[in-house]
Amino acid sequence: MHSFPAWKVWLVAIVLLASAVFALPNVFGDAPALQLSRNDRVAAADSDKAAALGILAAKGIPVEASFVAEDRLVLRFHTVEQQLAARDALQEASGRDYLIALSQVPRTPRWLRIVGLKPMSLGLDLRGGVHFLYEVDVAGAVTQLLAGMERDYRTLLRKERIPFAGIRNDGVDAVIVSLRSADDLDRAAAAIRKQDPNLVITTTRAAEGGEIVIRLGPEQIRQRQDFAIQQNITTLRNRVDELGVAEPIVARQGIDRIVVQLPGMQDPNEALRVLGATATLEFRLVDDQNDPLEAERLKRAPLGSRLYQRREGGAVLLKRELIASGEQLVDASSGFSEGQPAVFVKLDARGASEMLETTRANLGRPMAVVFIEKKRLGENQQCQGVRSGSECTEEEVISVATIQGVFSSNFQITGLMAGEARELALLLRAGSLAAPLYIIEQRTVGPSLGQDNIDRGIQALVIGMIGMFIFLIVYYRWFGVIASGVLITNMVMLTALMSMLQATLSLPGIAGIVLTVGMAADANVLIFERIREELRNGMSPHAAINAGFDKAFSAIADSNVTTLIAGIVLFTFGTGPVRGFAVTLCLGIVTSLFTAILGSRSLIHLVWGRRRKLDALPI
Amino acid sequence: MEFFKRKTSIPFMATRRWSYGISASLIVGSLLLLAVRGLNFGIDFTGGVVIELAFPQSADLEKVRGALASAGYGEASVQSFGTSKDVLVRVLPEEGKDVNQVSQGVLAAIQSYAPAVELRRTEVVGSQVGRELAEKGALAALFTFLMILIYIALRFQVKLGVGSILAALHDPIVVLGFFAATQMTFDLPTLAAMLAVVGYSLNDTVVVFDRIRERFFMTRKDEPAKTIDIAVNETLSRTLMTSVTTLMAVLSLLIFGGDVLKGFATALAIGVVVGTFSSIYVASAIALDLKLTARDLMPAQREKGDVDALP
Repeated sequence: MHSFPAWKVWLVAIVLLASAVFALPNVFGDAPALQLSRNDRVAAADSDKAAALGILAAKGIPVEASFVAEDRLVLRFHTVEQQLAARDALQEASGRDYLIALSQVPRTPRWLRIVGLKPMSLGLDLRGGVHFLYEVDVAGAVTQLLAGMERDYRTLLRKERIPFAGIRNDGVDAVIVSLRSADDLDRAAAAIRKQDPNLVITTTRAAEGGEIVIRLGPEQIRQRQDFAIQQNITTLRNRVDELGVAEPIVARQGIDRIVVQLPGMQDPNEALRVLGATATLEFRLVDDQNDPLEAERLKRAPLGSRLYQRREGGAVLLKRELIASGEQLVDASSGFSEGQPAVFVKLDARGASEMLETTRANLGRPMAVVFIEKKRLGENQQCQGVRSGSECTEEEVISVATIQGVFSSNFQITGLMAGEARELALLLRAGSLAAPLYIIEQRTVGPSLGQDNIDRGIQALVIGMIGMFIFLIVYYRWFGVIASGVLITNMVMLTALMSMLQATLSLPGIAGIVLTVGMAADANVLIFERIREELRNGMSPHAAINAGFDKAFSAIADSNVTTLIAGIVLFTFGTGPVRGFAVTLCLGIVTSLFTAILGSRSLIHLVWGRRRKLDALPI
Repeated sequence: MEFFKRKTSIPFMATRRWSYGISASLIVGSLLLLAVRGLNFGIDFTGGVVIELAFPQSADLEKVRGALASAGYGEASVQSFGTSKDVLVRVLPEEGKDVNQVSQGVLAAIQSYAPAVELRRTEVVGSQVGRELAEKGALAALFTFLMILIYIALRFQVKLGVGSILAALHDPIVVLGFFAATQMTFDLPTLAAMLAVVGYSLNDTVVVFDRIRERFFMTRKDEPAKTIDIAVNETLSRTLMTSVTTLMAVLSLLIFGGDVLKGFATALAIGVVVGTFSSIYVASAIALDLKLTARDLMPAQREKGDVDALP
């Protein structure tokens, strides 16, 4: 008999049992499903479930399972036909209240779902979908801030009655105010400082007048950039919701990047149409003192105004002063006000105070909404607006409405057709991007390729493992059987760990599993070779088992640490699929250490260790 | 079954001139190939557009090329991918052209030529992302080597550390040489596979070193060359056995894993074979030529006690 503490056997048994339970959700596969989220962004509840089930029952469409998860109502079906029929039925009956997304959800049984066990999540390369990587023009966000400051100082100096020759920004991090008289320098600087004490202000006295340079601190620039990215993420999330995709990912990556992943989305162009155009918008007063036709003929706008084109055609003169811009827009929705189609607009505090001041002073005069779209052009595309390099900025007035009352944060735009109101609300929402976005990476995987990838990966895994089993058994006989069993438990543990951590499985991830299975056999090989060696040196079987495990330990540990180092570095530097590979590689090493050192030893102990007389080992 | 019925005693160290020769010619050949032909980098590194299409019937590559050329994408490379129905179109980025526009243009051209074509996959990578990935990849490789060198130096000894790093450098260079020779696409998963090869090769090397250390403690009086030979021979069947099991897994990936993983699996397969050779021959031989002696491993007095205390 050789010594092996019973608690270790129990430990192995408990870990294996737990692994089996955690790995279990992965065996049920996926089912076609619908995911319903409420249009009013209230979390879906059991009442929604009852309503939906009622509609489907009336149509005679069987539902496999229904439950509320992450604020959405999930309906699972047996077949794709039922799924599509159910979508049409629900759309017809209550399409206005819900956003309905087609998706695949795991067929996890109810009791597993209740205890919170989930299968591994599949990467886009396995389930199909669209991946975009956006870069946010953070410099553009800062320029916008500078333009806003420029505007503020203009108003401020007028209010303080300080004459100035000009205000401009350097497009990087500073606004420069040129004063007519050097005597005003201190007074002007004090007024500006009072607005925001964090600014770095330097004054220069000149022969005629003076100059104040107001510079943003690095902290202010960083804050502004963070804000721009956050605002973009929020806007992208809203747009993604409009696409009706289940389980989308919109997340920041690095300093100025945003990743958007849309599982199940098949047409990247459809996604691009909604996500793609980068746009901002501005609210401006209409200059109704001058004639836009005259200005158009002269090709020169009067002082303080600019000439714009209306979307439906025709010119309009707008004041240079900005009331509010897209970054101050909180929400826009379409609806009805006193029987008339209307767009309800909500602004943030800064926008609201500007709006209050403007509307109070300009009651009864017209106000315009300008939509500014920024795109990158191909070679033969025409730019309707201002072109700089391959970048095209198009500005157009999408709405001119009369100011009917004094308002601030909440107001409505009326005088539109119902369809126009809906479109304007959509445009306003889409226009509230704080800084321009550009796509720098785009990957689309078709659903058939995703399924092919899964099938091929699993096939490679199964064939590789069978080959190994045969070889191990031929080479090590009964000990080979043990090693094969250990390899299978290793797979189960790895699956359990991945499901527990909710790690994403990608195609390189499957490759990582195949590779770790191959390498997991190594630990057993090391031990078995050592046992054989000790037997050859004339040790008794029990002593050989003990010596084999003990002496092989340092080699197993050292060799796995080096691979683990490579895995961790890959994880740190890698993104996407490479990271998936690194995760499975690292986790696989951990599980293979456990199964080889404790798992196989427990098995060997249970089979041979307790025999008093053991003349030879079947190795 | 056993690879070797009796204990082997192959004089690895005495014949190391031969193994050095083989290694040196492999490395020089690989470096020459890299310098002359270079690597065929995938769009992960260069930026550009890759579109995988599935045609309902066998695709006529010439006609696809013609359709693309008449749409102004004459520079696109068109290859069959896996089966004759699957086609891979690749366009490298051009200065001043937006890759997203190029991808849409190529797609439109193909769809107007063959409306029934199924879009399997598109990848559009901006050239700046590609540059970043290449930089990150190089940095990752560098870090891997550095960390492992530190670990081996701490755990074993600097001379063994140098030996193992040189052996580990040897393997990816040969893999790179193969990719330069065949002009197979070198993409991001391939780079990951190369780093895994480094980890794997070291795994093998470390097992041999572990035995060398053990042998040095047991037979302090022997010639270092003889001690190393004994250690390498003793671990030989394990080294081969592990290579065979890993190779089985990797070959299964190469044969059944599909074309997307071809580069990945190829890099691993070559890495495993070369890695086995380098850990048997190169790593220990370099340690020997750096005049590794029992004394070098002596400061680890405590560990010697550990070994003696084992049953």
